[in-house]
This record gives sequence, C-alpha cells and structure tokens, in this order.
Amino acid sequence: MSEHKLPFIRRYIFSTDHKVIGIQFMFVSLLFMVVGGLLAMMVRWQLAYPDRAMPLGTLFPESVMPEGHIGPEVYNALFTMHGSIMIFLVIIPMLTGAFGNFLIPLMIGARDMAFPKLNMLSFWVALPGGIIMASSFFVDAGPAATGWTAYPPLSAVPDYTGVTLGQTLWIVAVLIVGTGSIMGAVNYITTIVNMRAPGMHFFRLPLSLWALFITAILQLMATPVLASALGMLLFDRTLGTHFFAPAGGGQVLLWQHLFWFYSHPAVYIMILPAMGFASDILATFARKPVFGYKAMVFSLVGIAGLGFIVWGHHMFQSGMNPALGTAFMLSTMVIAVPSAIKVFNWLGTLWRGSIHFTTPMLHAMSFVSMFIIGGLSGIFMASTPVDIFIHDTYFIVAHLHYVLFGGSMFGIFAAITYWFPKMFGRTMNEAVGKVHFVLTYILFNLTFFPMHMLGMGGHMRRIYDPTQYEFLKPLQPINIFITQSALLLGAVQVLFMANFLLSLFLGRKAERNPWRANTLEWAAPSPPPHGNFERIPTVYRGPYEYSSPESSEDYLPQDQPPAHAPVPSRPPAMSPARA
Amino acid sequence: MRSWLPEGVSTYSGSIDHMFYMILWVTGIGFIVTEVVLFAFAFMYRSRPGRRATYTHGNSKLEIIWTVVPAAFFVFLGFMSQNVWSSIKGHVPHTDEEVTVTASQFNWEIRYKGKDGAFDTPDDVVTSNDMRLPVDVPVKIRLRSKDVIHSFFLPQFRLKQDAVPGLTIEVWLQATRTGEFEIACAELCGFGHYSMRGVLTVLKPEEYRTWLSEQEAGVTAAQAGQGAPAPAAAEAKAPPA
Repeated sequence: MSEHKLPFIRRYIFSTDHKVIGIQFMFVSLLFMVVGGLLAMMVRWQLAYPDRAMPLGTLFPESVMPEGHIGPEVYNALFTMHGSIMIFLVIIPMLTGAFGNFLIPLMIGARDMAFPKLNMLSFWVALPGGIIMASSFFVDAGPAATGWTAYPPLSAVPDYTGVTLGQTLWIVAVLIVGTGSIMGAVNYITTIVNMRAPGMHFFRLPLSLWALFITAILQLMATPVLASALGMLLFDRTLGTHFFAPAGGGQVLLWQHLFWFYSHPAVYIMILPAMGFASDILATFARKPVFGYKAMVFSLVGIAGLGFIVWGHHMFQSGMNPALGTAFMLSTMVIAVPSAIKVFNWLGTLWRGSIHFTTPMLHAMSFVSMFIIGGLSGIFMASTPVDIFIHDTYFIVAHLHYVLFGGSMFGIFAAITYWFPKMFGRTMNEAVGKVHFVLTYILFNLTFFPMHMLGMGGHMRRIYDPTQYEFLKPLQPINIFITQSALLLGAVQVLFMANFLLSLFLGRKAERNPWRANTLEWAAPSPPPHGNFERIPTVYRGPYEYSSPESSEDYLPQDQPPAHAPVPSRPPAMSPARA
Repeated sequence: MRSWLPEGVSTYSGSIDHMFYMILWVTGIGFIVTEVVLFAFAFMYRSRPGRRATYTHGNSKLEIIWTVVPAAFFVFLGFMSQNVWSSIKGHVPHTDEEVTVTASQFNWEIRYKGKDGAFDTPDDVVTSNDMRLPVDVPVKIRLRSKDVIHSFFLPQFRLKQDAVPGLTIEVWLQATRTGEFEIACAELCGFGHYSMRGVLTVLKPEEYRTWLSEQEAGVTAAQAGQGAPAPAAAEAKAPPA
C-alpha cells in the first residue's frame, strides 16, 4: 500500500480510506451533538422557568435574547434545530456514516469500500449540508422554527413564522445531507453484496452488518421520497408553486404523507444499526453466541419491510380518513412483533452467559433496558383511540427519547467505547467510562421518565410557556424536576467528551483484539493500516462462536482455521451459520 | 396513586381511558418481567472464575412462543382499539347542535348558526376563544383553519383533531357535566402557539338556550344599528385568570 506516499491532505482530509471517512463523520457528529445538546438545555430552561432570564443568556445579542430572556420565536427555533441537528447531523451520520463506513469493509474482510471516491464524496457532500444548517443560526430572522417535521403551510409561507432565509436553508441542508446518505447507502449495499471475504456467507455476517445492510436499503428507498417532498416545499417557498397550499389547489396533508413515508423508515434507520451493535457487544461480553441469530436477521428484515407501511400512524389525528387510521394501526401492531422478538433474543443471549461488565457492555445492556421502555410506550400511541389523547403531548416526547436517546444514543456510546481501540489504537479509560455510564443511566431516566406523566396530564409538545394553561399548572413542578435532571445529564457528558478526547492521545496502546472477540475487524492491526489486512482473511465460521466446545479458549475468531480439519480450498456455498 | 389523566367529561372519555389503562397494565407487566429478567441475568450470570458460558445458538420452540404470544396480544389490542376508534371517529351521531370552529393564528373563532339555521350567513353568532355548549347533548363540531395547521384539543373531553386549511373536518362530543374547560392548540402553529387558548363552558341546556338567544339578539341589534349585514362578533368573555 502506498499509504506513506500520500500527502497529509489526501490521507486525512480528502481521503478515500473508509476508516478515515468514518472517523471524519464521527468527529463532525460529536461536534453537532454538543450543539444539539446545548439547544436542548435551553429548551428545558424555558419550560421550567418561563419567566426567568436564562443563565448566560446575556451573552447572546440583545435582538435574540432581550436581557437574557428566551422569546417564543427563539424557543420554536431552539427545539426545531435541536431535533433537526440530532436526527440529521448526529444520530444518522454517526450510526451509518461513522460506523457504517468504519465497520463494513473491516467486518467483511475487505480492503475498502466498493466505491472509495463516492465514499469520500458522501462525506464532502454531507459536511456542507451540516454547515448550511448551522449557518442558518446567523441569518436574518433566525433559523427554521417549524419543528423538525416542517409541516406546511407553516413552513411554506414565510409570513406565518416570520422566518425567511432560515427555513429555506433548512430545506436545502436536509436535501444535501440526504444526498450524501443516498451515496453512502449505494456504497454500503454494493460493498456488502460484492466484497465479502472468502467464506463470508450472508449468514455468517455479524448482526452489526446485517443491520447496516438493511439500514442502507431503507435509506436508498426512503430518502428520495423525502428529497421530492423537500423539493416541492422549496418550490412553494421560492418559486410560488402551490403543492401544499389549498388556495392554489394544493394538498396540505400531502407533505405529511411524503414526509412520514421517509421519516418512519428513518426512525428505523436511527435504531437498527444500534440494535446490531448491541447484539454484537452483548455476545462478546456474555461470551456466548447471539440467541436466535436467524430470528434476529429475519426480524431486522421484517421491521424494514413493514416500516414502509406504517407511516400513517403519525397522522391519526391529522384529518386523514379514520378508516386509514385503522389500517395503519394494524400494520403498526404487526411491526411491534419483530421488536419484541429482538428483546427476547437479547435476554436469551445473556442467559447462562459469563457476563463481563465492561463500559461497552453496560451501555449495550442499558440499550436493551431502555429500548424495552421505548418499545412498550409505543404501543400506547399505536392504539388509535389512546393516540387521540396522547398525540402531540409529552408522552410522545418521552417515547421518542427512550428510543433515540435510551436506544440509539446508548447504542452509540456502546459502539464508540467498544470500537475505539480499533479506530484509534488506544483504549478509553474504563473507570471514567463506568462513572459516565452510571450517571448517564440514572439521569437519563430522571429526565425522560417523568415526561410520561406530563403527557398523561395532557401537556402539549412545543409550547413555550406551559403555565399559560390552568390544567398544566399542577404539572409545573415536574417540569422543573426534569430540567434540573436534564442540566445534570448534559453536564455529565463532559466526562464522556473528556475521556474520548484525552484517550485519543493519552490512552493506553490497544492490542489487536483487546476484547477477545470473533469478528474480522479484530484480525486487523489496531488501528488498521490503509488496506486494513496484511492478508485477506478466510472465514471458517459464524461470528458468535463464543465458549464453543471446539476451542479451549472462550472465543473462536471467524478467520481461525479449524484445528483438525484440512483447510477447504473453497467453503461450501450454503453452509449454515452455526457450522 | 393519583390519576395522572385529567378528569374525563365526555361520553367517550371513559372508553379511551379504559384502553389506556388496559395497555398500561399489560405493558407494565411486560416491562417488569423483562427488566427483572435482565437484571437477574446480569447478576446470576456475571463472570466468575472457572465458569464457562453455555454454548447454545437458540431454541426454535422459544422463538415460536415469543413470536406468537406478542402477535396474539397485538391483534387483540388492534381489535379492541378499533371498536373504540370507530365509535369516536368513525361516525358523527345525528344531532341538531352544530358549531363551526375556525382556527387561525392564534385564535379560535367559534361560530353558531344564528336564527336562520345556516352557517356562514350574516346572522351567525361568532365568538372568539369562548365556546359554550349544552351538557348531555351530542354536538357536532366542524373544524376549519384559515392559515396553518392547528389542533383542536380538549384534554378533559379526550378530543383532539387537527384543523387543516382547505378541509372541513367533523368531530363530535357529548359533555357529561357542566363547568369550564380549557381549549388548547396541540399542533405547532407559530410563535403564538403556546397562547392559543380558549375556554369551553358547558351549560345546562336552558342556560345555553338563554345565552344563545341573547347572542342572536345582539347580532340582530348590531345589524339594525349599522344598517349593514355585517356579522358582528360577540365580545369574547375574558378568560379566567
């Protein structure tokens, strides 16, 4: 490999190496995570103390926060940008951009992606999208303020919000980030289908890769629909078309159908990879094969397929025909089944394991623990009559944060702490990691669990001052409690950031396979050089042969030749995973 | 334990709450069982020297059980929900009491038919954020919006329905007691979204008749005074502090 001949700019900036691109996505996502988190802190301050100036609020220009007070226009922009940044610039690029890029070639035993230049382009398309989104904070009349769902006509007509360029930049940014996603998805699918190492049948792929593969298919099929909707919205705003304006013959609800046709699959884009990572990490540290590997694969496929016919459950109260509500309720009930199957199999994986409580394992187990709550609370809103009451209340906010923070974010913490040694060749501090985990786990629940109570009390989402309503006044102490927990939860993340950044330079040098894991990335050096492997590995077995009777050790890497059998020149094409 | 749900004051609030609590029971049991198993396994199977994990790839019988049991529950839940859903949103009961609610930034305009018994005529009684309805009678509410999407939310009635520009959406309610209740907007509609608050006063039928007649007389008087057929808006009652 010609790694040493490449100049700095080609190695670390305009790099075609999937690992560098993955790490670029990771750093950018972490940066936006800080921004998105701070926005959430501001939202929480306003909800708890609607009449008090925000601490440090006077640092903002007087036009934005007069005497440090958050105004209603600013408040709407805060939660809009919090949601948009966390979804489009943190969770999706972290799971698919960072880990998809880093893991796919390594785990299938390939030297790089199928299309390295397209891969580089996907990052260099996504980054300007993020910059455009961030730049909207600095334009006249501020950033978008219509929620991350941007329902027209509110989002289509500047007069309704007073936001002008900010909303247009939001549309353009999401469009661009989506384009980057599509490029990534094409690459991931092609790479997984075509570039697996000898012996790596589909049913020998680790569940992380199954999850990333299915996620890429979702992205490829759903994102263009979002792009078309965004295009129409952009035209409505800038060219005077009337796709979503009833006065011109347009249909307001059309946006919601198109948006959720993308965004419900996007919900799974944001959780499936984390499910895959958790499965791999649970198996590694329970020293035990994943329980029901094929059931796990089929439930991933089931979730992805059904994910395209449940979008209407976001629209039960939208004015859509109630009979359609029935159809979407039933499909939503069905999609809960594969999620339940996955939970039972995770528990089965722990059953009679030999569990090592490392930091990644703790995060992976809390992923399971929190996903259970997020999954169960989803059943309430799947039931159409119950949704009449809880729709657009804090019950929904509680639910989505149990899935996206309790699920996706704990999955991300698990994945970062698990693969950090491979990515950077150094180890994160375990003690700090565990303190961060315990505090995050407790404070997360103190922050988000009481939101169920707010929702049951009828507390609407996206309101600037809940004390305006008599029926919400008794709930205000809960709002204050949530905000105090949330501020602490935010502060605790400094531990993670410090551990991450300091370990990059000061962490103990990592060995090749520090967790004694089976999958192929651990067969490469830490960090893997350009081209990954000294020699392309041959795969002899599935990814989860932990505590196998075939080995005296409690693990058996996929590429380790069988002890007593001659090495087959070519493994049989369809041998089952548990061979 | 206090009830976290607000008091229910419509004929269907009970059936929605019943569904809510039924799901709460079942998911509550599911939650406790799975979390207890998770924590118990974490404790029981922590790594100890000399113990090796059991080598198993799964169990088909178990997979079938934990596929079929949740599936059966979800189908059952789907059918139960459908019964309640169709009784609330599937039809609007026949009634003479009709009112049109038109949402706009950031205001609920409540419109009664007036003496001629037809909407959108000069003798309509129109109020702002002040809705009055009779108790124990089904009322049809026609929801419209002038600008953006709003959502008409009556927490105690368990009624929520988006008001969508370009559409007229019919919902209904039947109050079970008199009193004052808040109207909230549940769909983000702009900077004043949080303050888009109205009051629904449920009156005894005779009180309601009296109030409506007064309003109708007021409209007629105003028209006579102005000599022009402009619909006069009744003064909004100041919301209670």
